[in-house]
Amino acid sequence: MGYDSILNWVTFDNPVDNAFYPFGVYNLPYDIGAKLWELLGGTIAWLINLLVPGNGLSTWLVSDALVNAFAIILMVLVIFAAGFVVNLTMIWQERKVMGRGMDRRGTKIGPLGYFQCLGDGLKTFMKENVVPKSVDKKIYWWALALIIGTAVLAACMIPLSDRWFIMDYPAGILMIYALFALAPFFILGASWAQNNKYSMIAGFRAAELMISYEIPMLILMTAVILQTGSFNINSIVNAQSEMWFMVPQILGFFTFFICAVAESERSPFDLAEAESELVEGWQTEYAGMKWGLIMLGDYFRGYVCCGLIVILYMGGWLLPFGYGGTAVPELVFLLRYSPCSSSS
Amino acid sequence: MSELSRTGYHTDKMWVTMGPQHPFSHGLWTLRVKVDGEYILDAEPEVGYLHRGWEKECENRTYAKIIPMADRLCYSASMTWSHLYCKVAEEALDVEVPERAQYLRVVADEICRIQSHLMWLAALGTDLGNLTIFLWCLREREFFLDLNVRLCGQRLTTNYPRIGGVRNDMPYYFERDCMRVVDRFENSLWDIINLTDESSVFVSRLKGISYLTKKQVANLGITGPAMRGCGVDYDVRRDDPYAAYDKLDFEVPVLKDGDAYARYRVRVEEMFQSCEIIRQAFNALQKIPKTAPYRLKVSKKIPAGTHMAHIEDPRGDALMYLVSDGSGSPYRLKVRSPVFVNVSASKAMLDGCRVADIPAVMAMIDMCLGETDR
Amino acid sequence: MPEDAMIEAPIKTDVEALIKGKFGSKVVFRQNTKKNSKADNEGRRLYMDTDRDTLYELCQYVHDRLNFEHIISVTAVDWVDHMQTVYHITNYLTGMVVEITADIPNDDPHIRSVTDIWEGANWHEREAYELFGIIFDNHPKLERLLTPKSYEFYPFRKSYKLRGQPDE
Repeated sequence: MGYDSILNWVTFDNPVDNAFYPFGVYNLPYDIGAKLWELLGGTIAWLINLLVPGNGLSTWLVSDALVNAFAIILMVLVIFAAGFVVNLTMIWQERKVMGRGMDRRGTKIGPLGYFQCLGDGLKTFMKENVVPKSVDKKIYWWALALIIGTAVLAACMIPLSDRWFIMDYPAGILMIYALFALAPFFILGASWAQNNKYSMIAGFRAAELMISYEIPMLILMTAVILQTGSFNINSIVNAQSEMWFMVPQILGFFTFFICAVAESERSPFDLAEAESELVEGWQTEYAGMKWGLIMLGDYFRGYVCCGLIVILYMGGWLLPFGYGGTAVPELVFLLRYSPCSSSS
Repeated sequence: MSELSRTGYHTDKMWVTMGPQHPFSHGLWTLRVKVDGEYILDAEPEVGYLHRGWEKECENRTYAKIIPMADRLCYSASMTWSHLYCKVAEEALDVEVPERAQYLRVVADEICRIQSHLMWLAALGTDLGNLTIFLWCLREREFFLDLNVRLCGQRLTTNYPRIGGVRNDMPYYFERDCMRVVDRFENSLWDIINLTDESSVFVSRLKGISYLTKKQVANLGITGPAMRGCGVDYDVRRDDPYAAYDKLDFEVPVLKDGDAYARYRVRVEEMFQSCEIIRQAFNALQKIPKTAPYRLKVSKKIPAGTHMAHIEDPRGDALMYLVSDGSGSPYRLKVRSPVFVNVSASKAMLDGCRVADIPAVMAMIDMCLGETDR
Repeated sequence: MPEDAMIEAPIKTDVEALIKGKFGSKVVFRQNTKKNSKADNEGRRLYMDTDRDTLYELCQYVHDRLNFEHIISVTAVDWVDHMQTVYHITNYLTGMVVEITADIPNDDPHIRSVTDIWEGANWHEREAYELFGIIFDNHPKLERLLTPKSYEFYPFRKSYKLRGQPDE
């Protein structure tokens, strides 16, 4: 074999033809992940093959099994990145709108101040990682990891369309909600482990607040599920192709919205954070990037709340009145998502 | 304060220390509260982190040198404190301040009162988690600080009153600038009131907490807007007039509700009244010829004796007691700070409140540590 | 009018006459000679000297009978040969301020606390205690307030010299 074209290695096969393809239907983030791996792995394979023609490693790098494995990892990263970018935009828009309301600039770095949050994140990342001496180390770290972990996991579980999902469970909406509702336990654990009176009071408050608003949220969700007759997110969205559930369940929509605001601890339900009397709420002893990650987790929880509102009441990614889907249903979803987030 | 007689569960009592570095404290002081869950059973304020021995320092200085020190008693009420000091020295010298200086002092005091109340409202906004109020109030306050700059060249530590008058006459166009600011402020204060009173969260966090009766307030020695919000109709400006206040026609806002919201309303009303006072003072100033004296030459030494003077500070009844021995510096100068007494009553103020009410209740004291610890 | 009824808004001459009638020579009225003081000329100041045994009784009388509800300040003065406490008490209705002074000997700096009459005197008395070393009997909590608890001296006494202050 003489000169070997790179195109022999980077083929961009249809991912659905992959022998190990885990989904029944087409999945866009998986596709992106598979193509990214083909670009990366295929190039490496081609280079190795140039040096050692006909080796087994190159063939293995582009085999179905490895493409699938890396595609799944990259797919989760893609979904996370999408959520992350949405969150950055959300923080930016919140700061910008609040800044205008308060007669100041809001954010300033980058075009329209968009990169300010990145700068803030970098600054938080650079901070010293202070851990007080008297904390219960094990719970302190585990609770932190679990709070952030469940928040991010719940956010990743939000499907942006029928082709942008991690798993199409029959009980998908319950799955998201279960992950979402785990937080109070970890918050209680974290607040206790910090060995600080402020964080303990605030932890009780936060747990109390979340539990008390989760119950109406779940009841309202049940109303939607009863109307649809399914726990599956696809079915719930498809059931709204003619009419959004916002119209027949207008009361439910508003109640759910208020509960969602409370659940994500935004003002005026920020008594768990209660900056003026309890310093920083249950996060008082979490310094530096730990705090930054908790903030990120909070915003991811806000993302989940808004996503749930869009799925349950605003017809998800479908155009209303039976117009069906569009070419980029994810955008429709996110466009509906943005008024939810900006009003909260 | 007795143990709360509420039914239901009780948790272990614990003492929570808030301060000296704490978002609600606005300075260095500590409030230790004993809580049962969210309910406050006992409170114990601790001050003194900023004790500089101000009164003792004054015994070392000549009378004129104390004026800038009096400025530093409180950063946001420097004008009234130096006015008070000059007033007690004038009492001791037994001189009458020229009329023009009296009106200028009134104007300066009321500018000081407005900007101090705006600073308080801004701090209240952050205490209740509303940053918009904070920024809007500070924006309005800047205009009054600019007036201070026009009048005496400084934003905060004004160093304007002098024993026997004021340092300088008002600059050219000061009246015009001042009236513009006041006219503008009377409109923009309504914007801020719309932000606060129309916000049900803001109102419900203030209403119905920290009730004090008229008797309690009198007994605890609470003064200023905190007292007038509890129905005590007393204002040094009206009941024991000084400077030119007896020649001006203004109202003393008094509310009988007695809760934190009433104290807030009283302060807002006072800002409107201050605008009215400034307007009247300028009307009176126009009738005084521009060449009239604004400062008397006074002796550097004060004859022996004891003298007292008190004025209405933005935070309450401020008193200075001067003992002079005939030399060039005071033998003893006592400062009665209104905040010092108001904060000592914090246990009564926090009776029946919850932890979440602490910032709202303590904001009504309008804490200023410079004058508390002296 | 009954003997112990409260007079809500007594004017200066009433206060003077009543106190003179009740306490006789134990209370000495100081006349002021200020011509230009507005408050003095309009009768809103009254200066009294008393001794430390009469003080509490006088304060109670002024509070209960004459409606002087508000204590502005309690302070102390170190006159080197003796100490003195000074009380400024006001009536909300007339705006009249009464100044009461009571002498205390240096070797026995005790005086009855007025905190049980006016709760507002609490911290003033604590301050006078820590800065001048005057002990207020019956005070609920006579501890150091502004200065550290470890202080063993009284910084506002004339015997305590600041840096740069001449020793005389």
